[in-house]
Amino acid sequence: MFPASFGYVAARSVEEALKLMAKHGEEGKLLAGGHSLIPAMKLRLQSPRTLIDLATVPGLRGVRVDENHLVIGALTVHADVAASELVRKHVCGLADAASVIGDLQVRNRGTIGGSIAHADPAADFPVILTALNASFVVQSSTGNRTIAADDFFTDFYTTAMSPNEILTEIRVPIPSSGTGTAYAKLPHPASGYVVVSAGALLTRQASGSCTGARVAIGGLGSGPIRAIATEIELQGKPLTPQIVASAAAKAAEETDPVEDSYASAEYKLHVATVYARMAIEAAVERAKS
Amino acid sequence: MTAEAEYAAVPITVNVNGIKHDAVVEPRTLLVYFLREHLNLTGTHVGCDTSQCGACTVHLNGRAVKSCTILAVQANGAEVKTIEGLADDDPFHPVQQGFHEKHGLQCGYCTPGMIMTAVHLLETNPNPSDDEIKHALEGNLCRCTGYINIVESIKWAAEKMRKQP
Repeated sequence: MFPASFGYVAARSVEEALKLMAKHGEEGKLLAGGHSLIPAMKLRLQSPRTLIDLATVPGLRGVRVDENHLVIGALTVHADVAASELVRKHVCGLADAASVIGDLQVRNRGTIGGSIAHADPAADFPVILTALNASFVVQSSTGNRTIAADDFFTDFYTTAMSPNEILTEIRVPIPSSGTGTAYAKLPHPASGYVVVSAGALLTRQASGSCTGARVAIGGLGSGPIRAIATEIELQGKPLTPQIVASAAAKAAEETDPVEDSYASAEYKLHVATVYARMAIEAAVERAKS
Repeated sequence: MTAEAEYAAVPITVNVNGIKHDAVVEPRTLLVYFLREHLNLTGTHVGCDTSQCGACTVHLNGRAVKSCTILAVQANGAEVKTIEGLADDDPFHPVQQGFHEKHGLQCGYCTPGMIMTAVHLLETNPNPSDDEIKHALEGNLCRCTGYINIVESIKWAAEKMRKQP
């Protein structure tokens, strides 16, 4: 219905937010867009005693270029990631993913940093950011460190961040020319969350052969899973429809998805290969242009 | 610090439909209840409790949002527009008129939310296809109409708004 009583503080800087986190410990929780946290609080699945608002800290929003990286502020809302000219130009797969999260209203409030820190196994951003080889800048009272997406999503709703750290920036390498990126998703028809999804980054020479492939699959485990067998199959090969299909067929190898009320494990294993193929095909098309 | 002081009420200032309101609210007050109960703007509805139905949709700083999933304290310093604030000087906004012309409602419970989302859509995409309208309405659920007349209402409004000087 509505949350249990709690206290609220609007942080004015990352440093202030870090001090508040230290002060409140386990009873404090950061608030970004609130579109995972507030629904949980309304159901009383979570009842933090103090909310520390990060959305009131200036300088955490926006998309910019920093040499060979796209840098996205953690408090940038999904709608702005989807609409960003820089994102659409350099890593269009990220815009694909941002544009299918939730619904229009959710995309106007949910943030990329909040999504990543929450690490929902059925979320979109962790999958595409793994495919894009992104890294995440986290700040603590002793300084910054950068964590690669491959190392970040450690378990259901669990990340490599420490409790005293705040995610401030997402860094996405700007791919070399001849690279295409794409994201394909099978959404649950009611909730809109991921049943299975695939993010792909493909680099291709003018001759048509693949010089780089990263493919990540969502919905089959506790977080995004790299389809290493698919990547190996594509590397160095001409990116024909046949080779893409045979590589995509391996996308769910070594995974062990859980059956749920919507889909059996067999269904998820099969459909993951279909969406892997769709994402790779779309990335190859973009790599050509 | 006493328990009461920890959960202290917070002063906020919110501009709603052009009028500035100062209030002191419990942090757990949802924006939808602030609008309905503190400001008596009951056109915004509470439908589902799970952030799915969109009956609570308002504009916050120009964007359609679900007011049941936003705390009133998060709207401090912001501009909010509700269904009551849509029409300016005319009796109806073109989207409201469209829902009248094309019978876009039956019980009317989802309708303010549908209209607020549609207004945001048309402000960013003045000539949407049927598919674009349906995608934009993914966050607004209707149990009565089957959505067909809702889409027709929005198309009618889009055409009217394109013709306006």
